[in-house]
Amino acid sequence: MFHPSSDRWSRLIYLSAVNIQKSLLLARISTQNYRETAARCKCSATARSLHTTAPLRPAEPRCGVSELHAHGVRTAGRRAVRCRLESSRSSSSSSSHNSKVPQFPTWEPVAESQLPPPTKVSLDLVDKLERLALVDFGNQEGIVCLEKAIRFADQLHVVDTDGVEPMDSVLEDRALYLREDTVTEGDRAEELLQLSKNTVEDYFVAPPGKNKAKCNV
Amino acid sequence: MLGTTIREVSLALREGRLSATELCKKCLKRIKKTHYLNSFITVTEELAMKQAQEAEHRLLRGKPHGPLDGVPFSVKDNFCTENIETTCASHMLKGYCPPFNATVVQKLLDQGAVLVGKTNLDEFAMGSGSTDSVFGPARNPWSYTSSYREQSPEQDPDSDWVITGGSSGGSAAAVASLSSFMALGSDTGGSTRNPGSLCGVVALKPTYGLLSRHGLIPLVNSMDVPGIITRSVQDAATVLGVLQGRDEKDSTTVQFPNLATSLPEDFDIRDICVGIPKEYHAPGLSAETLTQWGRVASMFERAGAKVREVSLPHTQHSIVCYHVLCCAEVASNMARFDGLEYGHRSAVESSTEALYATTRHEGFNHVVRTRILSGNYFLLKQNYDRYFVKAQQIRRLIAEDFRRVFQSGVDVLLTPTTLSDAARYSDFIQEDNRTRSAQEDIFTQPVNMAGLPAVSVPTALSSRGLPLGLQLIGQSFQDMKMLTVAYWMEQQLGFPIIRFHDAAERNTDERDQGEECKLRS
Repeated sequence: MFHPSSDRWSRLIYLSAVNIQKSLLLARISTQNYRETAARCKCSATARSLHTTAPLRPAEPRCGVSELHAHGVRTAGRRAVRCRLESSRSSSSSSSHNSKVPQFPTWEPVAESQLPPPTKVSLDLVDKLERLALVDFGNQEGIVCLEKAIRFADQLHVVDTDGVEPMDSVLEDRALYLREDTVTEGDRAEELLQLSKNTVEDYFVAPPGKNKAKCNV
Repeated sequence: MLGTTIREVSLALREGRLSATELCKKCLKRIKKTHYLNSFITVTEELAMKQAQEAEHRLLRGKPHGPLDGVPFSVKDNFCTENIETTCASHMLKGYCPPFNATVVQKLLDQGAVLVGKTNLDEFAMGSGSTDSVFGPARNPWSYTSSYREQSPEQDPDSDWVITGGSSGGSAAAVASLSSFMALGSDTGGSTRNPGSLCGVVALKPTYGLLSRHGLIPLVNSMDVPGIITRSVQDAATVLGVLQGRDEKDSTTVQFPNLATSLPEDFDIRDICVGIPKEYHAPGLSAETLTQWGRVASMFERAGAKVREVSLPHTQHSIVCYHVLCCAEVASNMARFDGLEYGHRSAVESSTEALYATTRHEGFNHVVRTRILSGNYFLLKQNYDRYFVKAQQIRRLIAEDFRRVFQSGVDVLLTPTTLSDAARYSDFIQEDNRTRSAQEDIFTQPVNMAGLPAVSVPTALSSRGLPLGLQLIGQSFQDMKMLTVAYWMEQQLGFPIIRFHDAAERNTDERDQGEECKLRS
């Protein structure tokens, strides 16, 4: 669990690291290529973790809720310094920073302890969902994907929604247009039947239901 | 000529300086030339030439239908087009030819616009990269520009091309590569604005209820809207003016009284109050995007507009809420694909359940199947209140956040559209679709939750030579007002025209630019 107080310390430490190392690193920066997307992703992920203690969104591959682990300040500090220098380099090259635009991420991290226990999808549940959805999981990877999706959704529970009415539609405060109950188009059965792969006369053909199929002699 | 705006080319057509068939031929040629971008699934060559000929007759007689007569456009492949294959980039609908046109497509055709093709997308519009299509990923045209290639360490563009963004990537690429003057996309969580930002084009998401969804194969009924992609804000306003309005066939369309059909003439930026929501500096925002955000905020301030920081406190929970509601509605909407009435049908005939299950396994990719299963999980009786209803409650909180800010006197909000410029395809696919969507949609999907209008405006090129865009969010049904602010912004920014790196392309560019000068004079 990441303590708020240690966050303050780590910020102090990394800020002083910036001051000490800035002149040394400036020379290195000009020869390094910061344009690799992958490097930038990693870089911003580290910067994220320092600025906001832990990112809300998945930072590591295939993780629904980001893990809260204390990054080694020394190594993270150096990488974070590069990020900060990159941003200061680009901002210094354009007009000075606008005070209305927040310079740091403002998201509050969500701790693991705030979430309900992770859901394990049982074989029964797999069976039930496959029957309801008429879509199969495929394999274990499918189940893992679902567990991650559920874990991601578990973050809903940190929001206080006491007394809040659920919202179905953004148009809830309007009366929707209803037209006259008269037939204005139709008679296109032939055209529509042509879209199907298996028809007989005016019918779409479907095999019998599972139970009926079982009883079939 | 292909790089001009609808306004300019329409004037040229009406004044007889350019023929509709000649313009159509050029667009079709351009599509062939840029086939490596994989932006089109179907190119409707014959139909387009026929429509162009009809437009030419009307123009020669001096009786065009309107400002879009003879103008080539493309449509995302999840809009139904009569007798033209509509696949949603999925096996499930391969070979499916709808017997009708979507209302928005019909409106454009009625105006005389020329349909050149159906564009590529993520399967069933699920994704933020246009990388999950059965026809292969779409490529960002900016991967092939001088600005990108000259500073890229790789020599071979096939190894480091960047994504278009998604899910309307094909549409954005078609407009950005000058193959069309306008394109229809769909926007459920940012699917029009995201590729618009990464491809350097104007991408408009109208207010929910303004444009008809009839014929748009649905993803999330309470959030889907048809999106408009063009190269200029003025063009987007023109197309919006044509498409907006109540449709009898879509009961969720609203007849809003006294709706403006074009940008107002009298506009003073000093009357505008721009809000900067502080929660939109999310973790992972690139330094360059942040710089541009600040630069444009300062631009507004210098011009005399009021700029202030505002708060939308539930922003960071929006993406989770969207994830749940999206999966739940998807689970319901995808239920119609059973193989009986249309689309793919498996050969298994042992029972209806077996037929449905195998059809859906064969027809849907992993992404779609996962979302359906997640949605069904959230809708189970034991989970319904804890997930689905909870998400609906949070949705209300998010919509309330926006309402409160707009009521406090703010006219538009200025935010980033995406975290950064376009990622390389090889990097993007390192994470799965759900993870990427959760990362890429954070700035765009709260707007869909609240049903508000929003537009992504191309702002500047990044240090990698790729487009960066910023988003303006407006009040409900104040789309034209928001576009007026966007127009002002666009005029100040002067975003560069795309210039291809290849010598042959450049020669074409230069010839076209020469013709452009003639057109503009």
